[in-house]
Amino acid sequence: MNFSMILSATELGLLYTLLTLGLFISYRILDIPDLTVDGSFTLGAATGTMVTISGHPILGLIAAACVGVLAGSVTATLQTKLKVNPILSGILTMTALYSINIMIMNDKANVSLLGETTIFTMAKEIMGTRAALVIGVVSVLVACVLLGLFLHTKLGLSIRATGDNEDMVRSSSINVDAMKIIGLALANALVALSGAMVAQKQSFSDASMGTGMVVIGIASLIIGEVLVDIVVKQRGIKANIVAAVIGSIIYRLIISAALVVDISATSMKLVSAIIVAIAISYPVIKSIIGQKMNQYRRQKGGNIHA
Amino acid sequence: MLRITNLKKTFNAGTVNQKVAMDDINLHLEKGDFVTVIGSNGAGKSTLFNLIGGYFLSDEGQILLDGQDITFMKEHKRAKYIGRLFQDPLKGTAPSMTIEENLALCYMRSNSKAFSLGVSKKEKELFRERLAQLDLGLEDRMKTKMGLLSGGQRQAVTLLMSTLVAPKLLLLDEHTAALDPATADKVLKITKEIVEEHHITTMMITHNIQSSLDLGNRTIMMDAGKIILDIKEETRAQMTVPDLLELFKKESHKVLDNDRMLLAK
Repeated sequence: MNFSMILSATELGLLYTLLTLGLFISYRILDIPDLTVDGSFTLGAATGTMVTISGHPILGLIAAACVGVLAGSVTATLQTKLKVNPILSGILTMTALYSINIMIMNDKANVSLLGETTIFTMAKEIMGTRAALVIGVVSVLVACVLLGLFLHTKLGLSIRATGDNEDMVRSSSINVDAMKIIGLALANALVALSGAMVAQKQSFSDASMGTGMVVIGIASLIIGEVLVDIVVKQRGIKANIVAAVIGSIIYRLIISAALVVDISATSMKLVSAIIVAIAISYPVIKSIIGQKMNQYRRQKGGNIHA
Repeated sequence: MLRITNLKKTFNAGTVNQKVAMDDINLHLEKGDFVTVIGSNGAGKSTLFNLIGGYFLSDEGQILLDGQDITFMKEHKRAKYIGRLFQDPLKGTAPSMTIEENLALCYMRSNSKAFSLGVSKKEKELFRERLAQLDLGLEDRMKTKMGLLSGGQRQAVTLLMSTLVAPKLLLLDEHTAALDPATADKVLKITKEIVEEHHITTMMITHNIQSSLDLGNRTIMMDAGKIILDIKEETRAQMTVPDLLELFKKESHKVLDNDRMLLAK
């Protein structure tokens, strides 16, 4: 793996960090495995691409975030006001979005951005070859700082508490449904923004580009958490956000390393799934090994007393 | 302060499991009253609290709190005026958030600008001061996650949270039942201090008949969804535990079957 591969993996990792931050809000803070993400990532990409073509690339990003808010609100409304099972509400929105995304792309399964002005071509004119990296770093920094501050406001505290202990939040006279709607709207806005940026980076959007994004986002999150836990004893909000950034970049590095050892493009989903399974089951495997070691040690020790 | 008129609630109406949980209850509490509620299992004590707190709505009747009709008010809106503690210490706090963040959440009842800082400097000082009053050394651990505290500590903090902005009514649902006796005594002592200091109108369900007579200024006894006994002032001052058990037998034509109640001293 050479330097330029590491660099481009890092660039991509930074763009996917927004997705991971979105999943941090829904999966970690609100404790909802939000499957809307598979649809809202593509929704952001499709909307962003169409607005980029007919308008302006930055306008495209703003539009993507806005439709992300809508998608998140629909899922949240289904599960809070209409009492649909949380996972099913996500699946419903995701399924509906598949059709909507193709409608947005003028009934086509993919739309190319080749030859169009994107934020990356714009930045390239000013900053040269490192433009994508600069855009990635700046967007991640802004997103992380804003999210970190938001989660420490009164509204942010209320959203965090909603995922932690709903009963308590209700008895603190906070509207639990409203908190879930705001949280999922924000999460999907970040996801859609990530989708729009990835589409502009790779110069196309595709109706199936969002498939598996929930899993990828959660895997990135967990990889980051495992690494951060090595240095931090009690993970607070800051450490969690840093974990999301590190995890997203490492995930892309692992994927590009897999490509280097000549794993075909069609096998990438399998590789991803294995990485995800290992990453998610890591804490369990660790505790099983710990228990076995403990059992072995005590049984050996027990012989002395026997 | 609290006026309940003809309150009725039936669960699973029209089925074989039909249960009249609240049978035409009338209750009036004066401001500053501290009422202890006793009764056997299934007497309707918790149902009464759930109806007042808005966990579910009543079938008939009316609940007035401080002149305001709260019969149909949503739970989280009532929570602005009603503080509530449960038996389970885990129920009242958010475990992965710090002590100060937990307190800040409850303090929002008084100040809820959504985008202001979660825990301001001024609030921190207030929280420190109030935590110190608990005398548990928690004022120096305000950045500790709630989940790391013991049940008793959590219950004490929950109590503080519910009364940080003095509620119009405080509902305590066997809030010391899950604690060991020494800790339970300590939490009861703190309860008494806080309620007296802020003159909070309080209702407390307890299974300890002795403390139902020791604490507060009025005791009601419930059975089968009815209030069968309501004692205060002179009568209450002279009442002993055996007297109360005898009265229960007379009023309900059965022996008090709450084993926890009989086992408690």
